[in-house]
Amino acid sequence: MGKLFAVLLTIITIVSATIFIRHTWWMPPDYSLHGIRIDHQLAETMTASGILFVLAQLVLAGFVWRYGDRKDAPAVKRFPGGATPMVILASILVGVEILTLTLVGSKVWAGIYQAPPDPRSLHIDVQAEQFAFYFRYAGADGAFGGTHPDMIDDANGNFFGLDPANDTTARDDIVSGSLVIPVNQPILLSMHAKDVGHAFYVPELRIQQDFVPGLVIPLHFTATRTGKFELVCTQLCGLGHYNMKAYVEVMATDQFAQWLKDQAAQQ
Amino acid sequence: MSHPATAAPAAPHAHGPPQSFLRKYVFSLDHKVIGKQYLGLALVAVCTGMALSWLMRLHLANPDLAIPGLGKLWPNGAPGGVMTPEFYLSLMTMHGTIMVFFVLTTAPFAGFGNFVLPIQIGAEDMAFPRFNMMSFWVTFLAFLVLVSAFFVPAGPPISGWTAYAPLSAVGKDAGPGQGTGQLLWAISIGIFCVGQLLGSLNFIATTLDLRTKGMTLARLPYSTWAWFITSVIGLIAFSVLLPACILLILDHVAGTSFFIPAGLVISDTLQPHAGGSPLLWQHLFWFFGHPEVYIAILPGFGIVSQILPVFARKPLLGPRVLIACMIAIGFLSYAVWGHHMFLSGMNPFSATLFSVPTLIITIPATIITLLWIGSLYGGKLHFTTAMLFCIGFVSVFVSGGISGFFLAQPSIDVYLHGTYFVVGHFHFVMGVAAMFGIFAGTYYWFPKMFGRMMNETLGKVHFALTFIGVYAIFMPMHYLGLHGDVRRYSAFTDEYMKGSIPLHRFITVAALFTGVVQLLFLYNLVRSRFRGAPASDNPWRATTLEWTTSSPPPHDNFGGHHPVVTQGPNEYGATGQAEDYVMQTAPERRPGA
Amino acid sequence: MSAQVERHSVTTPARTGVWVGIAAIVLMVAAFTGALVVRRTQSDWIHFRLPPIIYVNTLVLLVSSATLERARGGGAVTPQRRWLSITLGLGLLFVVGQVLAWSNLVNQGLFLATSPSSAFFYVLTALHGLHLLGGVAALAYVLGRTRQAADRGAAGALDAATLYWHFLAVLWLYLLLLLTLQL
Repeated sequence: MGKLFAVLLTIITIVSATIFIRHTWWMPPDYSLHGIRIDHQLAETMTASGILFVLAQLVLAGFVWRYGDRKDAPAVKRFPGGATPMVILASILVGVEILTLTLVGSKVWAGIYQAPPDPRSLHIDVQAEQFAFYFRYAGADGAFGGTHPDMIDDANGNFFGLDPANDTTARDDIVSGSLVIPVNQPILLSMHAKDVGHAFYVPELRIQQDFVPGLVIPLHFTATRTGKFELVCTQLCGLGHYNMKAYVEVMATDQFAQWLKDQAAQQ
Repeated sequence: MSHPATAAPAAPHAHGPPQSFLRKYVFSLDHKVIGKQYLGLALVAVCTGMALSWLMRLHLANPDLAIPGLGKLWPNGAPGGVMTPEFYLSLMTMHGTIMVFFVLTTAPFAGFGNFVLPIQIGAEDMAFPRFNMMSFWVTFLAFLVLVSAFFVPAGPPISGWTAYAPLSAVGKDAGPGQGTGQLLWAISIGIFCVGQLLGSLNFIATTLDLRTKGMTLARLPYSTWAWFITSVIGLIAFSVLLPACILLILDHVAGTSFFIPAGLVISDTLQPHAGGSPLLWQHLFWFFGHPEVYIAILPGFGIVSQILPVFARKPLLGPRVLIACMIAIGFLSYAVWGHHMFLSGMNPFSATLFSVPTLIITIPATIITLLWIGSLYGGKLHFTTAMLFCIGFVSVFVSGGISGFFLAQPSIDVYLHGTYFVVGHFHFVMGVAAMFGIFAGTYYWFPKMFGRMMNETLGKVHFALTFIGVYAIFMPMHYLGLHGDVRRYSAFTDEYMKGSIPLHRFITVAALFTGVVQLLFLYNLVRSRFRGAPASDNPWRATTLEWTTSSPPPHDNFGGHHPVVTQGPNEYGATGQAEDYVMQTAPERRPGA
Repeated sequence: MSAQVERHSVTTPARTGVWVGIAAIVLMVAAFTGALVVRRTQSDWIHFRLPPIIYVNTLVLLVSSATLERARGGGAVTPQRRWLSITLGLGLLFVVGQVLAWSNLVNQGLFLATSPSSAFFYVLTALHGLHLLGGVAALAYVLGRTRQAADRGAAGALDAATLYWHFLAVLWLYLLLLLTLQL
């Protein structure tokens, strides 16, 4: 029984690890400026913890194989040196790994979430609601109109509660159902929710952020290649949560300018 | 120091054996009966929870599948037997809530703790038997209230087991299940908190005050240590969740705005609320929620530490280190709740602050794992089913723990948060590991509970198939997560993540298989209860006090006699005598012997 | 029933139980305090004056702690039932006073959902009131048991109930301070 179990454990370990190592299922290609640092950090962690995983499981399997079912074996042996040296060694090894991961990882994190946005960023206002995303561009005047929750009227397309009658800055605001951005330009999103909590996740851009009702949360990134991906809500938000998606389209700069012009003409 | 324990009629040993059926089996004050009642409740809950997960997995593999009979049970949720995506979300909510609260909290802690702890310390009963009885029946009421959410007209809630506000607080404007269903959820969890607070209070007072002569803290068995530490964690955690539930209920029924900010427009209605904070709910919830993970898993630590030396026939390596590490984990569990909220919009600086203690908690966890593995070295391993589940526990705990390295880092969490990687992680470390602890405990203490042995052959088959099954279910979830598959999505049949559908189908097959395997366990339980071979007092040749009394123990546990403890619980592998172990009650040995 | 059992205990279970219960209540109040402090930073917080009657109530509760000590005093083996009854009555009087404080707020137009500050007032006073009623029940239990003169266990029960009662007085002083400073 023991030997069988040891073999089973070894097979499970090897199969599990192989699929990780061969990248059979892996992250989609990265389209963002900061993504490479996340991918790097993930790969480092994968190597370190992968070694720990295989080592721990194989030692466990080895002991099960070696010390199992010994009917008339000699007296039991104590672990060499007892617990203390092992505890000290483990604390140091894990401690060093933690320290490294924290030092490097917190820099990566700070680079994405704590660094101030580029002043030349294209500013886009994002509203999440049950069960859609809406994106607002400031238009020709470069200023966003004020929002008024009491004026929100989805039936007439006033998703943000704008007041174009009295508010001149609101008149040229462009509202889109998909996030269209120019390549290689820093983007700054101002994220707010109309009703309940939502989230913004684009695996290809390596960004994810919750929307919290009552808060406006900034998020900035730069896309480095053109392409079209799906953006999904990752915070459970109600009945239609499974259907809350939108497209992100990264365009060449001139193409984006044309798109903006077309949108302005339509609105 | 000793005290005359002749206090109140409520004092533990003062109640005689009950005569009526109601007093004996229903409203019993006997901790052994209450422990079995908790385990019975957990068994009903785990079957419910697993049935729900089957429905979820079937829906994920084939969203158009019509399941006969389901349409009759839930005409709205599954018209014609085909589950709607909304229904999937409510199944998920109920699955999580039932499993976390009514299985992972009740079975390893309240169930086994109640049955074993008083006997292990040589007490006749818990310190407050009436509180103990109330604790169970209050918990049972909480379960009924929760399950009733399935049968109210608007259906169960759809906000997950975390019930994030304002979705959980604004009522039916946010979705039909968010009205009555969500309110029932909040009431149920509030009631559950009361039950667990009563239980924790009992565990703490019992461990501190009812230890028999000679049962010093240093001689306390490891499972008792684990239950004691768990009860302290539980006391703190449920004391915080209860107020949070009260505030949530008030937001629901009294129109207050604790968690609901101003200016929300839900279903085209401007909500009449102002100034509340959704993040406040998240903080209160996770301040409870992370320690809850340890409430589920620490009793498993104790059970494994208790059983491993019995079947390795050698002392546990570093018992003092083990206890120190369990206490350290208990403390640290209150410093890490923010790691559930890296992307919640809280100050990004605090993400780094929460990341550090989260990573530090891996040090005691690693040490404990190494102590277990080291305890196997040089032993004479007997692969009973209980032992196999203990080793299986170590394996899945390692697998689930290691994926925590990824999620503890905010920079990686940016990508993995909200994906199946998280689902795989917490199912391994909290779900499967805790379940393995429960299985180990069942196979180990069943003879003591019912006076009959379980069938070992069936048990070993059950273990082997379950072990393969859980790896086949939860390891691929890590691949899905890396691939970017998001959780809480009901179907992946459109463009998004189409590539992962085969893997989802594989997981579904594995889940159905693993579920069917559990029938072996149920059969073994029922059959052994009535037909199993009679168990001796100490079938495993273990040292702790529960094995000094008859199987099952008499009403007052030791038949009017009070054991006197002279040894620690770790005396295995002795040489030069008839037996290779020394009972805790063995006559004092000569110094130096 | 059984003879004296030798144990490795720290104290009596009743006393430990009350201390553990106190710990749970303190944590619960700490959670509410945290929520209050977070919530107070929002702009819709309304400041209002506490109903003056709660200061009378405070006095009643403090006096009840003193009468409870009087009931235990004098080194008598059994507590003085008269003082115990007075304590119990003062406890009920406190609860009545708190209800009057609520009706005072209602007359001012401050309901549970009017403002977060009024909501916290109602929630915290209700929480304390419920726990106080628990204390009243405990005292009533002790009072019932002291009817038989030779009930030795009554002393332990009174001991635990007294600890709890004094704690509730201290808890109320804290809540009063919190509400005075924050509302």
